[in-house]
Amino acid sequence: MAAAASKIQDYAIIGDGRSAALISKHGSLDWLCWPRFDSASIFGAIIDPRIGGRWSIHPVGDSQINRRYVDNTNVLETTFSHSSGTIVLTDFMAVTSEKEKTRQLWPEHELIRLIKCKAGEVRVVVEFDPRPDYGRTTPFIMDAGKLGWRVNIGKNLLNLRSEIKLGANTNAGLSASLTLKVGEALAFSLTFSGESPAVLTPLGDAVAEKLNLTTDWWRSWAAKSNYHGPYERSVIRSALVLKLLSYAPSGAIIAAPTTSLPERIAGDLNWDYRFAWLRDASFTVHALFGLGYKDDSEAFVDWLLHATRLTRPQLRVVYDVFGECPPRECELMQLRGYASSCPVRIGNAAIEQLQLDLYGEVVEAVSHFIGDDKRLDRDVQKMLQQCAEYVCEHWQEADNGIWEERDERRHYTHSLLMCWVALDRILKMHARGKVSGIPAQKYETERQRIREEIETRAWSTKLAAYVQAIGSEDLDASVLLLARHGFEEAFSQRMQQTHASIRNRLAPRRGLLHRNQQSKDRHEGAFALCSFWEVDFLARCGNRSEAHEIFRAALAYANDVGLFAEEIDPKNGDALGNFPQGFTHLGVINAALALRESESVTDSSGS
Amino acid sequence: MNWSSWLLWGFVSTVVLTSILAGSQGFGMTRMNIPYLLGTIFTPSRDKAKFIGFFLHFINGWIFSLIYVAAFQALQVATWWFGATIGFVHGVFVLTMALPVLPALHPRMANEQYGPTVVRQLEPPGFLGLHYGIRTPLTVLVAHVIFGIILGTFYVVK
Repeated sequence: MAAAASKIQDYAIIGDGRSAALISKHGSLDWLCWPRFDSASIFGAIIDPRIGGRWSIHPVGDSQINRRYVDNTNVLETTFSHSSGTIVLTDFMAVTSEKEKTRQLWPEHELIRLIKCKAGEVRVVVEFDPRPDYGRTTPFIMDAGKLGWRVNIGKNLLNLRSEIKLGANTNAGLSASLTLKVGEALAFSLTFSGESPAVLTPLGDAVAEKLNLTTDWWRSWAAKSNYHGPYERSVIRSALVLKLLSYAPSGAIIAAPTTSLPERIAGDLNWDYRFAWLRDASFTVHALFGLGYKDDSEAFVDWLLHATRLTRPQLRVVYDVFGECPPRECELMQLRGYASSCPVRIGNAAIEQLQLDLYGEVVEAVSHFIGDDKRLDRDVQKMLQQCAEYVCEHWQEADNGIWEERDERRHYTHSLLMCWVALDRILKMHARGKVSGIPAQKYETERQRIREEIETRAWSTKLAAYVQAIGSEDLDASVLLLARHGFEEAFSQRMQQTHASIRNRLAPRRGLLHRNQQSKDRHEGAFALCSFWEVDFLARCGNRSEAHEIFRAALAYANDVGLFAEEIDPKNGDALGNFPQGFTHLGVINAALALRESESVTDSSGS
Repeated sequence: MNWSSWLLWGFVSTVVLTSILAGSQGFGMTRMNIPYLLGTIFTPSRDKAKFIGFFLHFINGWIFSLIYVAAFQALQVATWWFGATIGFVHGVFVLTMALPVLPALHPRMANEQYGPTVVRQLEPPGFLGLHYGIRTPLTVLVAHVIFGIILGTFYVVK
């Protein structure tokens, strides 16, 4: 039964704000971790089709496949057009408002799969083969009659309810084969319970009601966006992806829901991204706030302040959804990895790294969030001052940089930029009366010293560009952010020259950029986020027609349902790296916001 | 019942308990801030919540010390080890019962089944308060045991 894994871009995501699942365009659920994003997988065929476990529903024989998300929702519809008929598979995790959950018993997690025959008749195969604990366990599936099939996973219970009888396979799992005729439908509900007694969900009309509730909830959330303009579908899809990567009980937003999808096929650049990176903080707040998602951005900032509480004044690179240290990185030797890309890793060694850019990210996030109307309580003011003091003491140290390079530490230009941002933003908040009692003179002096360091030592006359690090002769797309963060105007001669150099040396194709020279040399894919930084840069320097052109070219690399991975293979456009990637989708939103802003500036100056 | 002794040592033990919990937060051992947790039941303002919560926690401590004192009176014994034992049981109760049910009582606290709606913004404590740091159970137990030791040592049974 173990078919080869689909391509990364063949997957789509569904979720419930605490966990996520990936479903391939062939109808196979190949990734699911319950109860949390970073829990052990229950279905993991994406990282090992042999033993990872999957739940597939598909027609027998070849069929033409079309997928879409039901408009402005995270409800996935896959249509299989077969020679004998057409079936539609609808996949979603049931969600609704907290008010509705007080009206009826609601399982801790529920994933519903619904098949409907729309035309003719189609023979369908269902295979259910969970392999908890990253495939290390082949569980006993107990037939509980009308209560469904039950799988005990430690102290937790997985319960499958079905409208048809499934038979036990000889080796493992359950399966069934049946013919659906036009108008017939079949539903499955998989629930997870950490507490007893488990909530057993009915099928039939209840499934239709849950589909309606779920659709309504996602649509009402999407409708809160204030973005109306070009690329609206891509922006809303990106916002919906970010919402799926949010852990609602704490407000944390993880980088991606998967582990070890490779940045280079059959290579070893395989990392676990199911944690929250502070590196993304200012982009996250800017995107959520810019789209009008006030509650979500508030929740994220609250998480940020809470998560960093134990380690201040030092900040960790990465935290789990409750602000704890992620587990130490280890390799799962039993798994082959996606397309033989091994090892599969869980945990993340970035926890041991030093990234000085985080301080600027956090201060910028808070600064953007409070705007002009909110006030800061003393605890937050103290935290901001701690960040600024740390920057003053440490900005001259080498670090691992935004890309978390694991070789030697360097004095990265981007890290220096973000140290400058930390001091600049706290001084601006001080000037606006938001922060009091800071040694402003000291911060101004250090801010100026950092500026001089970047302007004199991060500029290469040989390359006519700002370079990756002090004394380096390598380019890095992250220096485009000098304009975004207000360090230098995008239309300055230096920034224009830098952009031209980056375009010449790091762009494998129109609309794609490698993040730096090293990643290009390592034959990694183009870094999708960098394309959207370029759009942002072009919008800021007023070159809107080119910004639109690059934006359209970059968006064309999304998969059929609008999702991006971390990287894109320039040779064939395939997605590479963990999927879908929050950082990339943040880039989509922020680039669209930058374009909107540049157009509103032009409109107002024109009028 | 020795009311004056209760008032005095109930006050002192509560001061020490509050100081230990606040100090352990300051030293980065736990993120748990009991005054803030209690105060946010009444207000979302961080500063006001801490102020209100501080008084609530103080009154709570005093009331709870009454239960300790009642136990000392009932058995006609007040020693450091008896106080420590009650403190240990009290700490276990807080960690295993009080903190896990807090999301059901607190109007601004999420629970782990919430989502995707973001309606409340305080993180739930989780089992043994572990979501607030892995040393949270230790600090809660130590604080309550010391609370009991002070009461057991200094309360004078009548």
